[in-house]
Amino acid sequence: MDPLLTPVVQAAGEAHHLATSIEGYVYPNEQNLLWSVLIVVYPYITGLVAGAFIMASLVRVFNVKALTPVYRLALLTALAFLVCAPLPLLFHLGHPERSFQVMITPHTSSPMAMFGFVYAWYMMAVLLLELWCEYRRDLVVWSERERGLKGLLYRVITLGVRDISPAALHLDERMSRIITVIGIPSAFLLHGYVGFIFGSIKANPWWGNVLMPVIFIFSAMASGMALCVVLYKELCWFRRRAVDDACLDEMGKFLFYALLVDFTVEGLDWLHRLYAAEESISVLKQLAQGRLFNTLLVIQLCLGTLLPLLALGATQLMHGRIPVWFRQRIYYNSAFLILIGVLAMRWNVVIGGQLFSKSLRGFATFKMGLEGQEGWLLSAGLILLPFLVLGVLVWLFLPERPAGPDAKKTAAAPTAG
Amino acid sequence: MNPVMTRRRMLGALSGALGWIASRPAAHAAKAAVQNLLASSHAPKGYDPTKHKWLMCIDVERCIGCGLCVDACKRENHVPEASSFFRTWIERYVIKVPAAGGNDARGDVLVDSPNGGRDGFPPSAVPREEILKSFFVPKLCNLCEHSPCAQACPVGATFDSPDGAVLVDSTYCIGCGFCIQACPYGCRFLNPETKTAEKCSLCYHRITRGLRPACVEVCPTQARIFGDLKNPVENDPVQEFVRKNKVFTLKPHLGTEPRVLYANIDKEVR
Repeated sequence: MDPLLTPVVQAAGEAHHLATSIEGYVYPNEQNLLWSVLIVVYPYITGLVAGAFIMASLVRVFNVKALTPVYRLALLTALAFLVCAPLPLLFHLGHPERSFQVMITPHTSSPMAMFGFVYAWYMMAVLLLELWCEYRRDLVVWSERERGLKGLLYRVITLGVRDISPAALHLDERMSRIITVIGIPSAFLLHGYVGFIFGSIKANPWWGNVLMPVIFIFSAMASGMALCVVLYKELCWFRRRAVDDACLDEMGKFLFYALLVDFTVEGLDWLHRLYAAEESISVLKQLAQGRLFNTLLVIQLCLGTLLPLLALGATQLMHGRIPVWFRQRIYYNSAFLILIGVLAMRWNVVIGGQLFSKSLRGFATFKMGLEGQEGWLLSAGLILLPFLVLGVLVWLFLPERPAGPDAKKTAAAPTAG
Repeated sequence: MNPVMTRRRMLGALSGALGWIASRPAAHAAKAAVQNLLASSHAPKGYDPTKHKWLMCIDVERCIGCGLCVDACKRENHVPEASSFFRTWIERYVIKVPAAGGNDARGDVLVDSPNGGRDGFPPSAVPREEILKSFFVPKLCNLCEHSPCAQACPVGATFDSPDGAVLVDSTYCIGCGFCIQACPYGCRFLNPETKTAEKCSLCYHRITRGLRPACVEVCPTQARIFGDLKNPVENDPVQEFVRKNKVFTLKPHLGTEPRVLYANIDKEVR
């Protein structure tokens, strides 16, 4: 072929490809979706962090004793997911090597520029500090008991503080509590901020919405708590330990309330959209009934919200009449559905918001590949990675053998291990 | 020397470290301010952006949809050839005759922009007798006074120049795409070669040297009118345009206050 003609033919081929996937009119620059599945994974992971932390805070701040067995697991889950949270963002950037600029020259009017600070605050001032206070006593005990690399690691993490007198432990407890009190608004900040990234985009009527941070916070709580339910049951199964029924019942209760509030806020959002019926409502309705029908109405609404809401609601209303084993099945399955539902919600926000044109006159189609920067494989890997990290953390910090006979209550509790 | 590491000392050290980290942004804010001033652009030395205020006006009734402006823009600015990357493009609006005896004064609206209008437009698929009216609308960066793209950029790589141009420093852009999402007019794209955000710069390399943007230069009907508010010339075309026409901006409800002014557009144009 004439080399001069090649670009023409390529352009024609591409035009044909684009034309088949476009319906109505979209601005020419909108024909390719910009934010792909990596940006779906990012808010999903941060949401799980925030939700797991809230679950842990129920023990510390709100004194929900029944949840003690899952306290440490929830904190470690939050840490494992937080460590992995920036990766999808980093992989998505056109110039990942310039990402440090967000930290050294942040543009103060940009919500995205706040990422580094919110993340650093949450990681260093909240989660790591709280974990350190919580584990300090055990670290000292373990560092004396364990040899080799593991022992060295425990010794390093004590940061040289080896005082485990009752007075010192009491202070640890108090500090943990204070940090958790600061941690709750911080967890809200972390995920509310992610919601604000979308909510602040007034150019996009699907995103630009004052309720967006609130929706993100409550869906995060539901997903994080659901993750704790699933992980707790799996860990008990893996270690052949009996599940603490009271703990699981309590988790089921809070999961139900979190999901109820999430459903209410999202319902309010839709009610407001339909009632206010602004310029964009027609295109948004078409989006919900067309391209997002499966992920929004079937997976997110019916499977991920209504079904678990009914099932969990039944366990609350008919608690005594449902046998324990069946209640636990309900909690586990509902939690699993909620996890899928919230992932679908992130998809609907991120991908859905780019499927219609800002001209409000047409739709684009999103086809995801298997490989590459924006393919299935990388994203699936990034969702699985925190579980691997968590596996290592559980091996290190949730040993099957408790730290010692004099271990304080939270440490000695079964904690599924 | 006290070898005992108490929590008080530990926390003191930690707070110090955190304080140091927290002080970095303040130290670098100064750097960012300098960087904003010295941001790399295609302006020649000696060009003072505070002494100009550029403005673009579009007279929709003059546009014939020939596509020369789109082609000139692509060539002048090395815009990727593919049909999904444009710094400027032309839309064709076809408003159909409403159903006889119906409730609507105007019929359905069909909009298209094949290859951004670069190759002109084929005859409309709507039969002539069904067309109430049809017109072309050139689109480009709206030069927003309150530009949501510059507001959203996390590193300040895209910024409002004092002369009214909204520019991208491609050597500093991290390619996050947030500005592209923030632009209500679909005027930005991520260049697949440079992996950075790109948009109309009003041909900054030209206007800072006393030339007109490429699209204005080639327009055979003078549908695009370009001028400098701070340095009006005799019979200034911009002043004349504003005086003679009722002018509109796109999506005014978003509060972006575009400085691309349109004359004679219909309500269907978004």
